[in-house]
Amino acid sequence: MTNLTELGVAALRDGFRAGDFSAREVADAFNANVAAAKALNAFIVETPDHALQAAEQADRDRSEGNLKPLSGVPIGMKDLFATKNVQTTAASHILEGFKPQYESTVSGKLWSAGAGMLGKLNLDQFAMGSSNETSYFGNVISPWRRPNDTAPLAPGGSSGGSSAAIAARLCPAATGTDTGGSIRQPAAFTGISGIKPTYGRCSRWGVVAFASSLDQAGPMANDVRDCAIMLENMAGFDPKDSTSLELAVPNWEAALSADLKGKKIGIPKEYRVDNMPAEIDALWEQGIQWLKDAGAEIVNVSLPHTKYALAAYYIIAPAEASSNLARYDGVRYGLRNLPDGAGLQDMYAATRAAGFGPEVKRRIMIGTYVLSAGFYDAYYTQAQKVRALIARDFERAFEQCDLLLTPTAPSAAFALGEKNADPLEMYLNDVFTVPTSLAGLPAMSVPGGVDAQGLPLGLQIIGRALDEQGVLNAGLAIEERAGFTARAGKWW
Amino acid sequence: MSNYRIQGATGDWEVVIGLEVHAQVVSNSKLFSGAATAFGAEQNSQVSLVDAAMPGMLPVLNGECIRQAVRTGLAINAEINRWSRFDRKNYFYADLPQGYQISQLYHPLVGEGTILIDADEKAGIPEAKHIGVERIHVEQDAGKLMHDQHPTMSYVDLNRCGVALMEIVSRPDMRSPAEAGAYVRKLRALLRYVGSCDGNMEEGSMRADVNVSVRRPGEEFGTRTETKNVNSVRFVMATIEHEANRQVDVLEAGGKIVQETRLFDPDSGTTRSMRSKEDAHDYRYFPDPDLLPLVLTEEFIEECRASLPELPDAKRARYIEQLGISAYNADVLTAEAEMARWFEKVLDNGAEPKQASNWVMSELFGALNRLGKGIADSPVSPPQAAELLALVADGTLSGTLSKQVFEIMLDTGDSPAKIVEERGLKQTSDTGAIDAVIADILGNNADKVAQYKDGKEALFGFFVGQTMKAMGGKANPQVVNELLKKALNA
Amino acid sequence: MSVDHATVRKIASLARIAVSDAEVEAMVPELNAILGFVEQLGEVDTSAIQPMTAVIPNTLRLREDVVTDGNIRDAVLANAPAAEHGFFGVPKVIE
Repeated sequence: MTNLTELGVAALRDGFRAGDFSAREVADAFNANVAAAKALNAFIVETPDHALQAAEQADRDRSEGNLKPLSGVPIGMKDLFATKNVQTTAASHILEGFKPQYESTVSGKLWSAGAGMLGKLNLDQFAMGSSNETSYFGNVISPWRRPNDTAPLAPGGSSGGSSAAIAARLCPAATGTDTGGSIRQPAAFTGISGIKPTYGRCSRWGVVAFASSLDQAGPMANDVRDCAIMLENMAGFDPKDSTSLELAVPNWEAALSADLKGKKIGIPKEYRVDNMPAEIDALWEQGIQWLKDAGAEIVNVSLPHTKYALAAYYIIAPAEASSNLARYDGVRYGLRNLPDGAGLQDMYAATRAAGFGPEVKRRIMIGTYVLSAGFYDAYYTQAQKVRALIARDFERAFEQCDLLLTPTAPSAAFALGEKNADPLEMYLNDVFTVPTSLAGLPAMSVPGGVDAQGLPLGLQIIGRALDEQGVLNAGLAIEERAGFTARAGKWW
Repeated sequence: MSNYRIQGATGDWEVVIGLEVHAQVVSNSKLFSGAATAFGAEQNSQVSLVDAAMPGMLPVLNGECIRQAVRTGLAINAEINRWSRFDRKNYFYADLPQGYQISQLYHPLVGEGTILIDADEKAGIPEAKHIGVERIHVEQDAGKLMHDQHPTMSYVDLNRCGVALMEIVSRPDMRSPAEAGAYVRKLRALLRYVGSCDGNMEEGSMRADVNVSVRRPGEEFGTRTETKNVNSVRFVMATIEHEANRQVDVLEAGGKIVQETRLFDPDSGTTRSMRSKEDAHDYRYFPDPDLLPLVLTEEFIEECRASLPELPDAKRARYIEQLGISAYNADVLTAEAEMARWFEKVLDNGAEPKQASNWVMSELFGALNRLGKGIADSPVSPPQAAELLALVADGTLSGTLSKQVFEIMLDTGDSPAKIVEERGLKQTSDTGAIDAVIADILGNNADKVAQYKDGKEALFGFFVGQTMKAMGGKANPQVVNELLKKALNA
Repeated sequence: MSVDHATVRKIASLARIAVSDAEVEAMVPELNAILGFVEQLGEVDTSAIQPMTAVIPNTLRLREDVVTDGNIRDAVLANAPAAEHGFFGVPKVIE
C-alpha cells in the first residue's frame, strides 16, 4: 500500500475521493509521523484528535456524497493563528496557556473546507526571526543535515515549524505567515514551496499580529499545485479585516499552466548582491533558462531602491510591532507577573520582561524608539516614503515585464547558533524577500536545486498585485524543469 | 471684546481659554466593534473580543459615527476633510486594553469651523462672538476602573471601551469664564439639534479639557495648563476662575507657569497638579496600520448636509423676522432643540406664533417650573396647548378661564375642549343673561350706584367684580364692561 | 543618532519592559548597531514623495451601525489571570 505520508494535498484529496483510502487512514498515518518526530520540535501542541475528528467527518461526508475541497487532508497550523479552545501562543511565554474563544478566519475557512488539524506549529516568537531560534518552546530542527554532520540546521523562519514539518512529511501542507519573508525563506531552506499572496488576500482576523501592514498568511506545501489548492481555501474577503480585499477568490488550481509563452520575466540587477555564493548565482541563471524554456522572454529591469528595503523594514515592522504587542500586559489573558507590592505599571513591566524573549524585546525597543517624540519623522515617516519608492520601483518594473525572478535567500540553511550572535547578520537573510513584503506583492519560493552540501536552494517569483496566478504558473514551470527530488534523510 | 480682567497686585491680566470637548457620539454600536453602547449595562457585558484586545482582533469602522461627526462639522460650517486617517496614541493603562487609543492626530475628519456665542450683557458678553473650532476628530473612549470594590485590587469594566467620541477642539478664542460657559452651552445645544450627541453631562456624554493661560492685555500668549475631564458648565467656569487667579498669583510672586495637566476638585472649587501621572508621556502617534485612509465621497457629505435640521441661529432669526416673536422669547425657545421642536408642534397645530410664544414662556414654563419638570415630561402635549390657545383666540375662554382650564389640564391630562364642555367653563357673551345679573346688582347696591354717579368712578371695578362673581367667572369681561357702562350711565 | 544607557532605560520604561543593568549593557550596542544600519535611509531623497498610506491602494469600508457583538462576558474573561465578579482585576490603582 502507498505510504500515505508521501502524498501531497492534491494526491490525498484525489485518492480519498477515488476511494483509494479513508481519511481516517490518512490522519492516522500523519498523526503517527508527528508523534515520532519530537526531535524536530516542529509542533508546540499536537492535536491528533482534531485531525481524527475531521477525518471521521470526511469519511461520513464521502459516504453521503458530500465532498469538500480539502476532505481527507490533514494540515499543520502555524501557532500564530488563533484556534478555538486550542492553546495559541505565537511561541511566546507571554501567551502560554492562552486558549482563544474564537477561531481565526483563515483556520476557520480551512476547517470548513474539510481539513483537519494535526497540531500547532512552532515558529519564531511573534514571528520575529529567520531561523526559528526565538521560540520560547525551543528551536525547530530542520530535517535537513549537511553530509556527515549532525549539527542541527535552521529550518528558516519564522514559519520554521511549518517548513520542517512539511519537509519531514509530518503534514502535507501547513499555514504560514509572511511579514518579511517568513513563508518564502523557510520554504527555500527546506526544499518545499510557499506563497505569500497579495496583501489583503487572506484575512488577518485572528492571526496574532506582528506588523499589520506587512503580515500576510499563505500556504506552504510540497509543490505548486498544493499551494494553489491551499491558497484557494485560505483566501477571501473578510468584513472583519478592514485591509481585506473585496475580491472573489480565483480558481488558481484549475488555471495552473506551465506555458509561459508571451510572458516577460524581469531580472532585477540590484539583487546581485556582494558575496552571494556562486551556487546561488548559478541557480538563478538556471532559473532564467528554465523560464525561457517555458516560453518566457527575459528582460533586465532595475529596482533602484532595493538596497534600502531592509532598513525601511527594520523601522516599519518594529514600530508596528511595538504598538501591536502593547496588549500583552497581564490583564486580560496570558502571563501575569505581579511582584510583591507591585502597582499596575510595575506589573506591566515585570510581566512583559518575563513574557517576551530577547528578540521580541529588541524589536519593541527599536519600534518604541523610532516612534518617540522627535524621531518620528526622521525614522518612521522617512521609512514610509522609502517604502513608497520601493513600491514605485516595482510598478515601473512591471511596465516592462510580468513577473520577476530572483533567488529567495542569499544562502542555504545555516546551522543553529551560527548567526544569532549578531541580530543584523540575521536580518540580512531577508534581503530578497523584504522588498516584496513592503510593496504587498504576491511572491513565492520554489525549490530549484541544492548547494554543494546538498542543501536546498529556492527561487523566488514575484508578481503584480493580485497576479497570484502568474506567480503560481511560473513556479510550476520551474518546478517541472527543476525536477527537485532531493529529500532530507530520516534521522529523527 | 470681553472686559473680563483679573486685577492683580501689579495690574490687570487677561485670561485666554481654549476648550477640548469630548462628546460621545450617538450610535447603537461602538466605533470599531459591533458591541452595544447603551449606558448602565452590567459590567463587561457590552464588550466584544475586539474591545478586549484579544490577539489578532481588528477594528472595523462604524459608518454612523463618521456620519454624525461630519454632520456636526457641517453644523459649525467646518471644512470636511475628504481624506482623513486614524492614528494610534500609545500608552499603557488598565482601561485601555489595546495599549493604544485609536484617534486622529495628523489628518482629522473635520477641520476649521466656528461657533457663535450670543451677547449676554448681564454675563459680561457685550456682543455676539465667533469662537473658532480648530478641528473635530473621532476617537475611542476608554473603559472604566473601579477602586472601591476590593481592598487591594481595582476592577476593570470595558463596557465604555471603544465607544465613539468626537473631540471638538476650540481655538484659544475665549477671554472669560462667561464666554467659555456660553461656548459649552451653545456647543451642547448644537450637538443636540444635530442629534450627534445627547449632551448628557451627568452620564459623561460630554466633558471638557480646559486650557487656561493669562497674559497682560494685548501681549503674547502665556504658558497654559490643561485641566482634564471637567463635566459641567459650572465647573468649566469655576476651573477657569480658579486657574486664572492661581496663575496670576504665581506670576506676580515671580514664579513661572508650568505646562502641565491638572485636575478640578468640585468640592473645593480648586485645581491641582496631576504631574505624578505624567511621567514623560510620549504617545508615539503613528497611522493605525489596521485601518486604511478614510475617503469621503461628495454624495456622502451631501447626504449628511441634507439630513441636518434647521440650526439654532437660523431658527432664532426666522422666529424673529418671520414669526414676529420677540428676540428674548426667540432666544429661549430656540436654545434647546427639544424646546423648539415642542414649540413648533404647537404652531403646526394652528396656534398663532406670538400668542403661543408668550403663553409658553409664561404659563407653560411657570407650570413646569412649579412641577419640577422639563419640556420632555410636560403633562400637556403640543396639540392640547394649541387647542387651549385656539379657545382663547375664538373667545370661548377668557384669560382667567384659560388659566383655570390649563390647571385642570395639568392635573388630569384631559383636552381643553373636554374640560370646558364637562365643567361648563365656557365664557358667556349672552347679553340678556348678563343684563339681568347687572340689573340685580345695581338694584341691591343703590347706595353705591349713587356714589358712582356722584363721581366715585373707582366703584366701577366693584360692579365688575360683583357681576363676574355672580356669573361664576364665565362672563366675557369685555361684554360685562360694556353693559355695565351702559347701565350705569343710563 | 545613537542611544546611551539612559535612553535605553527610558525606552524600556516607555515600552513597559523591566530591564536589568546587564540587559541595558547588552542592549546599548545592539540597538546602536541596528540604528546605525537604518541610518542609511537618510541618503534617500524623498522630498517629493508622500509616505505610503495603504500597501494595496484601498480605502476604508464603513460598517452598518448595528449591534452584532457583545454579551459574551464568559468568553471575554475566560483567559483572565484575575477575573472577579465579572471584572478584570488589576493591582489597585491610586488616582
